[in-house]
Amino acid sequence: MRRILANPYAPAFALAVVVVMVPLLVPSPFYLRLATLVFINALVVVGLNLLMGYAGQISLGHAAFFAMGAYASAIGPAHLGLPTLASMLAGIVLTGVVAYGVGKPILRFKGYHLAVATLGLGVIVSIVITNEIAWTGGPDGMQVARLWIGSWRVSGVANWYWVAGITLIVAMLGAANLLSSPTGRALRAIHDSEVAAGVLGIDVARYKLLVFVISAIYAATAGAFLALFDGHVTPVTGGILRSIEFVAMAVLGGLGSILGSVLGAAVLVVLPQALTSFHEFEHAILGAILMVLMIALRRGVIPSLQSWLLRGAA
Amino acid sequence: MSAISVEHVSIRFGGLVALSDVSFDVPPGEIFALIGPNGAGKTTLFNVVSGVYACTDGRIRFNGKTITGALPHELARKGLTRTFQNLQIFFRMSAAENVMVGRHLHERRNPLLDFLGLPMVHRQNAESRKLAEELLDLVGLSGLGDQPAGELPYGVLKRLEIARALATRPSVIMLDEPVAGCNAVETAEIAHVIRKIAGSGMTVMLVEHDMGFVMTLADRIHVLNRGMTLAEGTPSEIRNNPAVIEAYLGTAKPGETSRAHG
Ligand SMILES: Nc1ncnc2c1ncn2[C@@H]1O[C@H](COP(=O)(O)OP(=O)(O)OP(=O)(O)O)[C@@H](O)[C@H]1O
Ligand SMILES: [Mg+2]
Repeated sequence: MRRILANPYAPAFALAVVVVMVPLLVPSPFYLRLATLVFINALVVVGLNLLMGYAGQISLGHAAFFAMGAYASAIGPAHLGLPTLASMLAGIVLTGVVAYGVGKPILRFKGYHLAVATLGLGVIVSIVITNEIAWTGGPDGMQVARLWIGSWRVSGVANWYWVAGITLIVAMLGAANLLSSPTGRALRAIHDSEVAAGVLGIDVARYKLLVFVISAIYAATAGAFLALFDGHVTPVTGGILRSIEFVAMAVLGGLGSILGSVLGAAVLVVLPQALTSFHEFEHAILGAILMVLMIALRRGVIPSLQSWLLRGAA
Repeated sequence: MSAISVEHVSIRFGGLVALSDVSFDVPPGEIFALIGPNGAGKTTLFNVVSGVYACTDGRIRFNGKTITGALPHELARKGLTRTFQNLQIFFRMSAAENVMVGRHLHERRNPLLDFLGLPMVHRQNAESRKLAEELLDLVGLSGLGDQPAGELPYGVLKRLEIARALATRPSVIMLDEPVAGCNAVETAEIAHVIRKIAGSGMTVMLVEHDMGFVMTLADRIHVLNRGMTLAEGTPSEIRNNPAVIEAYLGTAKPGETSRAHG
C-alpha cells in the first residue's frame, strides 16, 4: 500500500486506466464531453499545483494564461491568417514569455502580496479581452477555426477526448518526473525554507520563475484545447472567477498531490452538472458541499485519504 | 590568505546597532568559534557573512575576494554554506532528500531533461541518494534516510542540517549552535564530526553556548558582546580574560555556562 501511494507515477497510471475505461463504460457523448472538460481543467490544475502545492507560490491569475492560450488559437487564424496549429503553439510559447516577463518582478512578493499581484494580472488580461473588440470580439467572444494536424481534422468530442486525455497523462508524467529530480527538489525546498535553499546554492528567484512559466504553459495549453474543442471563446474563459476556480480545484484535491489536482478538477466540473436538477439551489448546494469537504478533509481530498489509508495499513 | 575576513562590519536594524565595527580573520582549516551572551550579534554576523543580510558598513572577503552584498546561493557556489540556529529543515521531505538538496550544485540540473525523466536523471538521483546516505552515516543518522524530516526529533534535525550543508562540499562551513538541544552523547558525536571535517581542510566557523564544547574544539575564539568585539584568542586566553568573565557574570563563568539556548 505504502509503496503504491509513494510511487510518483501512480497518478498518471491511474488516469491512463480511467481514460481508457470511460469510453467503454459510458459511451455517451454527454459523458465524454464532461470527461474532456475535466481533463482540460485538470491540465491547468496540475501545473498550478506545481507552483502552489510544491513550490508554495500562490497565483490568483492563472485564468489569464488560460485565456492567452485560448485567444491566441482563435486570433491567429481569424486575424493573421495563420494555421490553427501554428497559432496554438505560438500562443503557448508567447504565454510562457509573458509569464516570464510578469513573473520576474512579481515573484519577489510573498503570500498575500503575490496573491494580489497575480490577481492584478488576471484583471488586466480580462479587461483587455473584453475591450479589444476588434481583436477579441469583446464580451460576445469569437469563433475559433478548427484544428488540423496534417490531414487530421481534430474536432468533436470523439477526437478531443483523446487529445486532452493523453496530453493530461503526459503532463502528469512530466510533473512526476520533475518532482523527483534536482529541479523538483529545488522547488520543494523553496516551499519549506527559502533561506536554507539559498545557502545550499539554489537560485531561489530563478526556480520560482521557472515553475511560474511551466504552470503558465500548462494553463495556456489547456486554454487552447478548450477554445478549439468548443469552437468559441468568450471573456468568461479568462475571467477572475476561473482563476479562483482553478485554485479551488487545486486546494480541494490537495496541494502537493498530482492525483488530487485531477480529482479536484473532476469534482468542480462534474458537481455543477450533477446539481443542475436543483435549479436555483445549485450554487448554494455546491458551496455547501465544498465547505463540508474542506472541513472533513482539510488537507485536500487525496492527501487526507492517503494519510488515513497509511494509518489504517500501519 | 584568510578563508574569511570580516573587516569593520556594522549592521543596524532601525535604531538598533546589532553589529558595530567587528573585524576578524579566519585562516583556512581553522575551527573558529564565535561566542557571546544572548543577543550579542552572533547569528547576525553569520547572516551577514552568508549573504542572508547585507551589512550597513564594512567588507567581507572570502579567500581574498570581496563578497560583500553577494547572495547566499552565489556564496554557496563559491564554497560557503551554513546551518541555522532556528532549524530550517525541509519538513515535507525525507531526511535523505534534505541532504540531496545539498547536492544541488553538483548535480546536472536541466529542467527539460528533468521533465522528460531521462535515465540519466534517475541514475543521478541514485548517485545523490547514495552520497546522502554516506553523509547521514557520517553525522550518525544511519538508516534514517526514508524518515519524513517533519517527524524527526530536534537533536536529529540539528545533525541533518550539518549533513545537508556538507553535501554542498563547502570550503567554509558555518554552524550556528550545532549542539543546542543535544544530549551528551550526541554532542560528543558532533564534536567528532567537526574535528573530522576540519581535519580534512575545511574551515569551520562555529557559534555555540556550550562552553565545554567550544573550549575543547576551537582553535580560536572571538567574543562578541552587544554587537561589539570583546576579545579574541585561544581558548585558554579567553577563559582567563577578565573582560570576558565580566560579560558573562550575569550567568556564570564562560567555562561553566551551560548550553540552554534553542
Ligand atoms: N532581522 C532583524 N531585525 C531586527 N532586529 C534583529 C534582526 N536580527 C537580529 N536582530 C537583533 O539583533 C540583535 C542580535 O541578535 P542575534 O540573533 O544576532 O543574537 P545572538 O548573538 O545570535 O543571540 P543568541 O545567543 O540568543 O542566539 C538582537 O537584539 C536581535 O533582536
Ligand atoms: Mg543566535
